[in-house]
Amino acid sequence: MSRAEGLGRRAGPERRPEGRDNSWLDADAGRLVRPYTVSGGRTRPSVALELLSMVRATGRALKVDLTPEHTLALDISRSPVTVAEIGAHLKLPVAVAKILLSDLIDQGAVTARPPDPAADPADRDILQRVLDGLHKRLRQ
Amino acid sequence: MAYTNDYGSDGATQTTDDIYPQPLKILVAGGFGVGKTTFVGTASEIEPLSTEETVTVASAGTDHLDGVQNKTTTTVAMDFGRITLDDQYILYLFGTPGQDRFWFMWDELSNGALGAVILADTRRLVDCFDAVDFFESRGMRFLVAVNEFDGSYSYTPDEVRGALALAPHVPVVLCDARQGSSSTRVLIDLVTHLLQATAVA
Repeated sequence: MSRAEGLGRRAGPERRPEGRDNSWLDADAGRLVRPYTVSGGRTRPSVALELLSMVRATGRALKVDLTPEHTLALDISRSPVTVAEIGAHLKLPVAVAKILLSDLIDQGAVTARPPDPAADPADRDILQRVLDGLHKRLRQ
Repeated sequence: MAYTNDYGSDGATQTTDDIYPQPLKILVAGGFGVGKTTFVGTASEIEPLSTEETVTVASAGTDHLDGVQNKTTTTVAMDFGRITLDDQYILYLFGTPGQDRFWFMWDELSNGALGAVILADTRRLVDCFDAVDFFESRGMRFLVAVNEFDGSYSYTPDEVRGALALAPHVPVVLCDARQGSSSTRVLIDLVTHLLQATAVA
């Protein structure tokens, strides 16, 4: 399957989600679409993404039609957001969300940055900022 | 996973730092039903989210045919929450199942984590043994937060410490995970502990 085909609409009735809550999920029946159907059967993303990679839409216009899931992922990425959050909003496994995002990255519609591997979890400045942020939250 | 961090130098996926906040993470561990989802939800500034990580694992304890590696695909539910700390850092909380068969996932999650909260229910302290062992063996700093359920017999923090054979420096605190302020205080206690530990080191 070419990249464009991966991004394009699947055959079948068109049905765009009207909002984030309107995914193809039935509370009783569970998923109405099997997760890897959304990724066109692909199980590996074309770009390496981590759970906490931050993604963000570039605003670049796309020449191909997007599937409802791609559109939703792009919509969520308007402000920087983690891969994990996109998976949760799409109500899809993270592995599937990574594939959809990698399609968008390949098209230049989204950029991604992995968590900074040089960030030292024991860095006192970082820990102090975490502490300050938590205190601020407590006061809210 | 085989594909971590191998595109860091790819200019096409890089942009300037200022538009991306830096994610930090704290893990929330503990046995089934101890209140991890509640804790993550009340501490989070967003509605608690959950997602699934689909993973392939070698199945243990089963016979397999000669030359055929037995693997099974499983999905693991993860709860996560978000706390925006300032304009540069966002703290993510991850809660995942505490059973030892899911530790392969904790390996990835614990990489780069600041520390961990182990939630404990005094009626089922044995449920957090696995988590204590895991974080001790990884050298990951953690504290134990006793989630006080209605009607549960209350033990003192020292009794919990003794029952879990915790090192003296590991904090044991009490919390009510249904209260956001209580969950946030647990995180404050953890980070305070991390700062003290860093000062000593």
